[in-house]
Amino acid sequence: MNSTLVLGAVAVWLMLWGTNEYLVRLKPQSAAMARAIGLLVPALFGVAILVLWEGITRGFGVPTILLPPPSMIWARLTASLPLLWADFRQTFLKSVLIGWALGCGLGFIVAILIDRSTFLQKGLLPLGNFVSALPVVGVAPIMVMWFGFDWPSKAAVVVIMTFFPMLVNTVAGLAASGQMERDLMRTYASNYWQTLFKLRLPMAAPFIFNALKINSTLALIGAIVAEFFGTPIVGMGFRISTEVGRADVDMVWAEIAIAALAGSAFYAGIALIERAITFWHPSIRSAGWT
Amino acid sequence: MQGLRDGKTLPVLIVLLALVVIWYLGAVWLNTPWQLDTYQRKSVSDWTATQFVTDTLNQNRPVLPAPHQVAAEMWKTIVETAPNSKRSLLYHAWITLSSTLLGFVMGTGLGIGLAVAILNNKAIDRSLMPWIIASQTIPILAIAPMIIVVLNAVGLSGLIPKALISTYLSFFPVVVGMVKGLRSPEAMQLDLMHTYNASTAQTFFKLRWPSALPYLFASMKVAVAIALVGAIVGELPTGAVAGLGARLLSGSYYGQTVQIWSALFTASAVAAGLVLLVGLAERLTLRRMGART
Repeated sequence: MNSTLVLGAVAVWLMLWGTNEYLVRLKPQSAAMARAIGLLVPALFGVAILVLWEGITRGFGVPTILLPPPSMIWARLTASLPLLWADFRQTFLKSVLIGWALGCGLGFIVAILIDRSTFLQKGLLPLGNFVSALPVVGVAPIMVMWFGFDWPSKAAVVVIMTFFPMLVNTVAGLAASGQMERDLMRTYASNYWQTLFKLRLPMAAPFIFNALKINSTLALIGAIVAEFFGTPIVGMGFRISTEVGRADVDMVWAEIAIAALAGSAFYAGIALIERAITFWHPSIRSAGWT
Repeated sequence: MQGLRDGKTLPVLIVLLALVVIWYLGAVWLNTPWQLDTYQRKSVSDWTATQFVTDTLNQNRPVLPAPHQVAAEMWKTIVETAPNSKRSLLYHAWITLSSTLLGFVMGTGLGIGLAVAILNNKAIDRSLMPWIIASQTIPILAIAPMIIVVLNAVGLSGLIPKALISTYLSFFPVVVGMVKGLRSPEAMQLDLMHTYNASTAQTFFKLRWPSALPYLFASMKVAVAIALVGAIVGELPTGAVAGLGARLLSGSYYGQTVQIWSALFTASAVAAGLVLLVGLAERLTLRRMGART
């Protein structure tokens, strides 16, 4: 045990905590200042966690199989970039993106198709809501059996997982426009499609983007878990399960770091597009670009 | 009859019926190649259409098992097998359910505790909340195999590691929902508590906690569903020992599609039961609180 490292890490942690306590009590004069503090506080917290993690794992000599220090994970990550890139391409660029686009597209199209039939809506919506509570990932072994080991089976799992949230949200969104607005469209003598494109779809956009964001997370989970059921020798889920078996925990952590990064970047990308498209929505107007 | 026609029951039933029909058609279509192959190998040439369809729906290892095959398998493994036998689905469902429930209870407790801490300390709020929200966008489930194997190395196996994954997954929705709920009282209500000279604890228990309960139940429904997913995925890396996830994995190893489908349906039934139970608790609690539901 190396007590200097542990004490040093705890000291840094306490110092950063103190800084944060001071920062949140400040009353910033300008909006830019407030934003900077809003970013600085969580960043400092993240740094504090990393320092504490590093200090404790190194100081107490925690076996690296239990928890490798962050520096070791970083070293492993930078050393095996080509391998990580291949996994990323297989899992994210093929299974996740294709499955996500197909699932969301299908959900959207079906929602538009059943829009005119109250009967189908009444029948499908409770089912769609019900399916969202089910462990849909369980279809992974079936899809692997049907579509083989390569990425199409993972994309199929992702399609099934993302379809229902999109369907339910789009139908809810299409119902979001008020009676008065629809009446106005009627007085303009607009037909069904004009009302759909000029009034109802824009009103549905916040709901649709919500589904897109939920689905971005679901898609990654689906693709990674599906790879546990059989895969070619590349892919993030494959790498995680085999490297765990070989007790190469630092590689697993590097892969998880990549997955986390990809997941949040995916989410953030959709959120940015949402801001650009639904700029008129109150929740975005009031929040500003924070 | 009026209520049946105007309500949701009839449309849902008809859509379900349509799904079953589509399923049967799909089963015939997907199982056709293998059936033709079998006939050729056994040199049966004088098969009729009826016989062909019956045969496609009763294969041993079909590509897509027909609904009645899944139902028969579930009947066999749930009702006819003793619940303590390893062939019983009830046995496996119980193993998954127990770690789900343990994880769910721990996750909800942890989530509520953290939400209270966030409510009372501004530094924790500002530094932790962005990370909690960001962590919802990452595929946390990917860590599951590592947690299992690492805890196995320390000597923890069985229930606890799986429950920890469920805890981890179910605590995020509870934190986010509870923080929102505990902050939901309006300034006017808080001011009223202030005029009553209520202490922070009194405000918490008499105003904030009751108004947070609807949010808590909404998050708990999400949390219990995701806790089950966590428990199922947690059963994969240990190599198919016991539990619904293990049934899925061993079914996929040995090509036992009927077993996969029946495990999947059992898992769905467990999920639906859990969500319904939380919903029931929600209605009872809110009614006792005088909410109009």
